[in-house]
Amino acid sequence: MNAKIIEALKSRFGEQAAQTSEFRGELTVIIPKERIVEVCRFLKEDPGLRFDFLADLSGLDMFTPVNRFAVVYNLYSLANKHRIRLKVFTEEDEPKLPTMTGVWSTANWHERETFDMFGIVFEGHPDMRRVYLPDEFEHHPLRKDFPLMGIPGSLPLPKKS
Amino acid sequence: MGLEHALGDSFVTTKLDLAINWCRKNSLWPMPMGISCCAIEMMSFAGPRFDAARFGSEVFRFSPRQSDVMIVAGTTTFKMAKVVRKIYDQMPDPKWVIAMGACTSSGGMYRTYSVVQGIDQFLPVDVYVAGCPPRPDNLLNALITLQQKVQRGESKGSFPAYIGEKKLNEPHDLPSISG
Repeated sequence: MNAKIIEALKSRFGEQAAQTSEFRGELTVIIPKERIVEVCRFLKEDPGLRFDFLADLSGLDMFTPVNRFAVVYNLYSLANKHRIRLKVFTEEDEPKLPTMTGVWSTANWHERETFDMFGIVFEGHPDMRRVYLPDEFEHHPLRKDFPLMGIPGSLPLPKKS
Repeated sequence: MGLEHALGDSFVTTKLDLAINWCRKNSLWPMPMGISCCAIEMMSFAGPRFDAARFGSEVFRFSPRQSDVMIVAGTTTFKMAKVVRKIYDQMPDPKWVIAMGACTSSGGMYRTYSVVQGIDQFLPVDVYVAGCPPRPDNLLNALITLQQKVQRGESKGSFPAYIGEKKLNEPHDLPSISG
């Protein structure tokens, strides 16, 4: 199945378009961020692949000077009972990615969570707000440079009268 | 039966404050601020096995307007703190707060940016309950301790005029729990 997916991706997007690696039967595909929506739509709609379920979407902070943030898409094909993982990298100074809500609408809250925790903005998202933390909070707590105990005063408490 | 039987035609004198406090302590209506897993133990505390009704505390009110004591049961995050404080502010005086469990009292195992490290940073707490979660017996013990405070006319958060002649934060003799 993995070989078939690699074959399909390469014939559709060219040899250089997708960088693949495999570990214990799990396929990971690294995709340039300009093509991610296109690739996902192909994986979802191709009759032989049918990755119709976005099982999870989450962020990663590599804490490296280039390609600091990554977003990981875990896909599942209900028809073929097969999973793959897609990775997209983005830079620190402008962490922006295209939204996936047009392909799988379940991406909506997952992308909001990723924005909340990493500050990665998903362009074209219908409702790019925080999910967990208060709206007025200015930091992104799962970034590696965020201290565990938070920044004093960043989350105000009610007054003890 | 009852007082008439014991006293016959005689009468009892007391101070009004003491009589009112005696009434209050035997009908503390809790506001169940059940935020996480401690709430399960709190339900057990109210249920038939542990039976908070023995202490006049079985009427859990989900309206803060009708309750005297708020049992904050669970991990209080900074986002939730505003809600907890708002509900506390809506309770009529006199009012008391029980901080149930390790998270509520001190942040517990959640030593992290999102959890308030003890609700006494924004609420006046009368009784702390140890445990993660505390057993219902332990919460009953907190209720009994609170009843003793009520009888003495003490409350950390209420306006002092409402609860007897004793001033707030005055040193007092707490009964020792062990004996």
